Amino acid sequence: MIAIEHVSKWFGEFQVLKDCSTSVAKGEVVVVCGPSGSGKSTLIKCVNGLERIDRGEITVDGVSVASPKTSLPKLRARIGMVFQNFELYPHMTAAENIMLAPLKVLRRSKETARTRALELLERVGLSDFADRYPANLSGGQQQRVAIARALAMDPIAMLFDEPTSALDPEMINEVLDVMTSLAQDGMTMMVVTHEMGFASKVAHRVVFMDQGAIQEDSPRDVFFDRPTSDRAQLFLSKILRH
Amino acid sequence: MSGFDLGVIIRSLPLLLEGMGVSLLLTVLAIAGGLSLGAVLAVLRLSRLRAVRTFAATYVVLFRSLPLLLLIFWFYFLIPLFLGHPIAGFDAALIAFVLFEAAFFCEIIRSGIQSVRQGQIMAGLATGLPYGAVMRAIVLPQAFRNMVPVLLLQCINLFKSTSLVYVVGVRDFLTAAEIVGTRDHQLTELYVFAALVYFTLCFGGARLVKRLERRYAL
Repeated sequence: MIAIEHVSKWFGEFQVLKDCSTSVAKGEVVVVCGPSGSGKSTLIKCVNGLERIDRGEITVDGVSVASPKTSLPKLRARIGMVFQNFELYPHMTAAENIMLAPLKVLRRSKETARTRALELLERVGLSDFADRYPANLSGGQQQRVAIARALAMDPIAMLFDEPTSALDPEMINEVLDVMTSLAQDGMTMMVVTHEMGFASKVAHRVVFMDQGAIQEDSPRDVFFDRPTSDRAQLFLSKILRH
Repeated sequence: MSGFDLGVIIRSLPLLLEGMGVSLLLTVLAIAGGLSLGAVLAVLRLSRLRAVRTFAATYVVLFRSLPLLLLIFWFYFLIPLFLGHPIAGFDAALIAFVLFEAAFFCEIIRSGIQSVRQGQIMAGLATGLPYGAVMRAIVLPQAFRNMVPVLLLQCINLFKSTSLVYVVGVRDFLTAAEIVGTRDHQLTELYVFAALVYFTLCFGGARLVKRLERRYAL
């Protein structure tokens, strides 16, 4: 579904991504982890072309992201994305946030879009919050609306860029629960996160990045039981000590 | 001068009203022209092309560094020398106001657009919206809310500045008050009255801005 091949990227002189290759198969959940500044967020933003790659190739469902012939809006409409800071549109209600792209991109009718928005809000446990503005929602609720917004386009895959990093601890689980249920429904997911509990329960594979390079790309159990790279061992020992 | 005579104000009300009409007309036209030119300049300032950005930035720096009065003199006294025919005082003032205010409106609009977080644009693009739609549906509505208070305050300032047209013989409100006051030897009454009128309009406007600000706060 998602193939990342030998991708490199520079910010000026600084190389943020070094020859990264990995893939996400249909229905697979891949967690990308690693220390801050390791290039995880940059890599996931390359998948839907929010960041440009300088070398290598990324294809999503056979479509090359970097090709000048590719219509990025069309491609992005098929890939859902959830951001660290939620990025709900503050001047729109929860329902309007979800309806915007279906109305403008898929040209759905207002009723169809609204009905679908309400279904999705129910799915993320927020039926009663359709007409609230983001300012009147907690962080966890905002992130669940953001997930519903991404799902409204019926995506073939979902990208999560540190979806729980900006949340208070007591709100992390409500978001992870929604993500877990998505994964159980067979959604193809690429998830940048520090939540190792989520990774150990839900992920099929774990990709570990450090200093812009993929250091380890293993099935979940292999990663947690006997990681091959020293750097991943160190990372895990620090993170799992508590 | 014997006491404070309100009669003179009532007697000369038609002349004063006519003056206020000129002041308001100049304000409205200058806002319309200044906002339009300012919006264009703001778009240029945010352009991806360096030369275009530099052009707009230079314009802003230049016109913000010149006194408005000097610009009015330019269009009233200097430009007619090159053109070979005179420019009416009102027109000269209007051109000067539009060019001058555009620089300020440009900066207000630009900072309004830039006040919207980059993440909002990314979120919009990520759902498949084209860039234009992201601007229209997501960025501009937020930018507009952020800039409306500053824009309105700038308009109030502009209204006060229109009294400068006095120097090129345009009979605006202040000029009318001055003419009446000199004619009837009652400058005190007229100057106090003029101050009250400016104060009421500008203070009222500023209060309105505060209320709008609260209502549309995000």
